[in-house]
Amino acid sequence: MSSPSDRPQGAPDTQASAPDPGRWNDTQVEQIIGNLLRAGVFLAATVTFIGGVLYLWRYGALHPDYRLFRGEPAELRSVGGTLRFALEGRRRGIIQVGILLLIATPIARVVFSTYAFARERDRLYVGLTLVVLAILLYSLFWGHIG
Amino acid sequence: MTILTFTALLAFGSFAAGLLGALTGLGGGVVLVPLLTLLFHVDIRYAAGASLVSVIATSSGAAAAYVREGYSNIRIGMFLEIATTFGALAGAALAAHVSTSLIAVVFGITLLYSAYLSSRPRTERPVNEPPDALAARLRLDGDYPTPEGKLGYHVRHVPGGFSLMFVAGVLSGLLGIGSGAVKVLAMDQVMRIPFKVSTTTSNFMIGVTAAASAGIYLSRGYIDPGLAMPVLLGVLVGSLLGAKLLVHTQVRPLRAVFSLVIFALAVEMLYNGLTGRL
Repeated sequence: MSSPSDRPQGAPDTQASAPDPGRWNDTQVEQIIGNLLRAGVFLAATVTFIGGVLYLWRYGALHPDYRLFRGEPAELRSVGGTLRFALEGRRRGIIQVGILLLIATPIARVVFSTYAFARERDRLYVGLTLVVLAILLYSLFWGHIG
Repeated sequence: MTILTFTALLAFGSFAAGLLGALTGLGGGVVLVPLLTLLFHVDIRYAAGASLVSVIATSSGAAAAYVREGYSNIRIGMFLEIATTFGALAGAALAAHVSTSLIAVVFGITLLYSAYLSSRPRTERPVNEPPDALAARLRLDGDYPTPEGKLGYHVRHVPGGFSLMFVAGVLSGLLGIGSGAVKVLAMDQVMRIPFKVSTTTSNFMIGVTAAASAGIYLSRGYIDPGLAMPVLLGVLVGSLLGAKLLVHTQVRPLRAVFSLVIFALAVEMLYNGLTGRL
């Protein structure tokens, strides 16, 4: 645990001009996070769109029914199942991979934040981000247990 | 109606929701579930699944811009995400054990409250809060760009804000929305964080909060690719366009119209929930 008094007087995060390439400041981290989020959303949307076009091409003339909740088939309910389904060339599987990429984007952001806080030598926030990361991974991979 | 027509209509409706959501700052999620259930007669669980996914897309897309402008406070976001992700897990778990009618009623109340919050006038108050020991220990205090240069601020009432964030997470997981209104309430009103910082940090947090329930939604079979595809693409394009237009658009009348729409949808959700039709 550290309190503000641990830091030398007058040496806050804003000391960006100090040439220390090993340490990032918050502004640099914010730039990278911005790019990461943008790239993740773009990739996810592209895969979803491609899967969507293929799906509509094949099934567009059928009739939808979402009135009654049946739940998705087992293949589309887990990360592994979805990946296998998509690799078999199943169109709904490809869309679902796009959606998984989207879910992965904020998770990747948290992973990156953990790394960035580690580089900033901010142990408290490394711990906090790891807690959030654990919750996210639990939901995605073991969510069926709860 | 064929899947092709259904998809096209859904994409258009989601586009409009995303556009209005971005222009008014309320997010598209709050109108998506009513749109899907009331207009397209989609089961509320599928609707929540599609909405939740689109919330991740818009939050991440918009957060990319805000984070780079230096408004959002990453430490505040990260710290409060512990509360929202725990809440989201609880809410998503709860969703499976309560009736869809009850979900519709909670949804209606949440909508009404969001409409109320958004209709209140907003004034950026001067920042002269005294420092708070816990906030300082967590290094939550920060600064943000203003026309007069960087302005520092102190964060207050951390436990109160943290608790309200848990509630925001529960609502997000239960209803498949971003619950940005409650998040902003926690930061702006309880923790006394400047409004601009509160809204952008809330946006930044929404993606992670929604991702926490998304895994559970996925394993329960709530996320249907055929339904989520047009919704998420429509909302994403709408909200990106909305964010661009925001710079040159007078939002006050639009916000009033949108609040009215939300109010009407809220009443409809409440009615359908109470009469057991949803």
